[in-house]
Amino acid sequence: MNESGMSAPVLRVEKLRKSFGDEIVLQDITFSVPEHTATVFIGASGSGKSTLLRCINLLEQVDDGVIKLDGADISAADVNPDEVRKKLGMVFQAFNLFPHMTVLENIILAPTKVQGIGQEEAIAEAFKLLERFGLRDKADQYPDRLSGGQQQRVAIIRSLARHPRLLLLDEITSALDPVLVNEVLSTVRELKGEGMTMVLATHEMGFAKQVANEVCFLHHGKILEWGPPEELLESPKLSETREFIRRVHEAGRL
Amino acid sequence: MSDNRGRGTGENSGSAPYDFGGAWQPSEIEIARRIARKKRNRKNGFIAAFSSLLVLGTLLVVLVTSPGWITLRDTFFKWAYGFEVLPKIILGFGTNATLTLIAGTSVALLGLLIALIRTSRSPALTPFRFLATIYVDVFRGIPMLLVILLVGFGIPALQLKGVTNNVLILGTIAVIITYSAYVAEVIRSGILTVHPSQRAAARSLGLSHIQTLRHVVLPQALKRVTPPLLNDLVALIKDTGLISILGVTDAIRAAQIQTAKSFNYTPYVMAALVFLAVTIPLTRMTDRMLRNSLERQNAQGQA
Repeated sequence: MNESGMSAPVLRVEKLRKSFGDEIVLQDITFSVPEHTATVFIGASGSGKSTLLRCINLLEQVDDGVIKLDGADISAADVNPDEVRKKLGMVFQAFNLFPHMTVLENIILAPTKVQGIGQEEAIAEAFKLLERFGLRDKADQYPDRLSGGQQQRVAIIRSLARHPRLLLLDEITSALDPVLVNEVLSTVRELKGEGMTMVLATHEMGFAKQVANEVCFLHHGKILEWGPPEELLESPKLSETREFIRRVHEAGRL
Repeated sequence: MSDNRGRGTGENSGSAPYDFGGAWQPSEIEIARRIARKKRNRKNGFIAAFSSLLVLGTLLVVLVTSPGWITLRDTFFKWAYGFEVLPKIILGFGTNATLTLIAGTSVALLGLLIALIRTSRSPALTPFRFLATIYVDVFRGIPMLLVILLVGFGIPALQLKGVTNNVLILGTIAVIITYSAYVAEVIRSGILTVHPSQRAAARSLGLSHIQTLRHVVLPQALKRVTPPLLNDLVALIKDTGLISILGVTDAIRAAQIQTAKSFNYTPYVMAALVFLAVTIPLTRMTDRMLRNSLERQNAQGQA
């Protein structure tokens, strides 16, 4: 534990457990995400990465364990999920943009309806973000007209517009072709550079190495191995981790 | 596993990484959380029961204490008399039910056909597309009662050879004509909401236009418009009563005949109950079917 002298972590998960019926999806999950750091979860499909992020966002009710956001227990029974989600940003694998709204409308929806920011102010902020990520000319387009990479960047901007305390990114490049992956990942790298606190689930090992402060290997619902990216990805201790990283290598994704 | 900052493996935690079979005991935090949730659910249940009792109780008291209540009860809710005439009303309802079955099937087929014609792009079908559009415009715009009167009294007046004068058949035709226009538009809107990429995917698998419609577009479209179609079916069951204006004895007419004899309105209430006895289970059943099929199709978990 090397947090001495640092403030409390933004996110703290303790002994989290989640099952669907008889199937245990997550078990004994414990980790912390200090401010301005990124924790990356790697692991095969079905290892529980997405479920973990959905639990943090309170989209799933956990079976046991505690989730703390800035020290406050958000898994308590009396917590209002809407209040918690105001502080969280979530980006999905399949973008989940609203197809009946333009890019701009997608972005200003939550700021104007949830946070009560004025229409003009929200639009100005949206344009600033769009400008920064090179999507200014797409503001009036509908999502269906954009490339996958552009859609995913809009989805990131949509969650950024709410100034989240913590950003949850769920395999955000899995639905993209390799050329488009880069434009999305560079967006995330930029956010990391600005000090955004993030939890990511990804298959991109090279990218994990670049942005992660810590990598956790999730295997059958448990964190099997964890550590700084260079160490975990280059000299894994456990045979399961080695096997997984070798398979990803073979798929040419490093 | 106390904290994972730094470097470590799950093997430090003492338990083997694959140990999933062991008995799991919820922690004290979880137990407290479950108790809190149960308490909240109980409280919500109590609030629901209390507010229902209050609202329904007030309504009942207002009804029973109103000055005309006794008269109303005797003229509308004379149950003994109601059950006496019930067989006649049910017999009349047989007409409504038969009519619904025949008209419903015809409307489904005709409506689907018109919807397909209106959404087709084939140049050869252009005149049919034109006619289908006019048909929908005209018959959706005329009150059904008028269509029934025009068909029911107009066609016999033409004195055509070989054309029936049976008002039951003519009335059914009028109902079919009107409802097909509505249903065609509902189905067409369903077809239009299926994303073009679905069509592209099906065509690129080598499916023909017809096969694409049959196996990809229509199943999605019809599932989406099932609730409004059910709405139309319920309306159809009720609107079959309108052909009583041509002299057909259906449930409403049967009730009317009894009412005219006794000057007691209970037969109307009984007729209403007979309609409800059919429409409510129908609605519930379709609701459940729709929910089950959505649950199977969509990923688990919701917000």
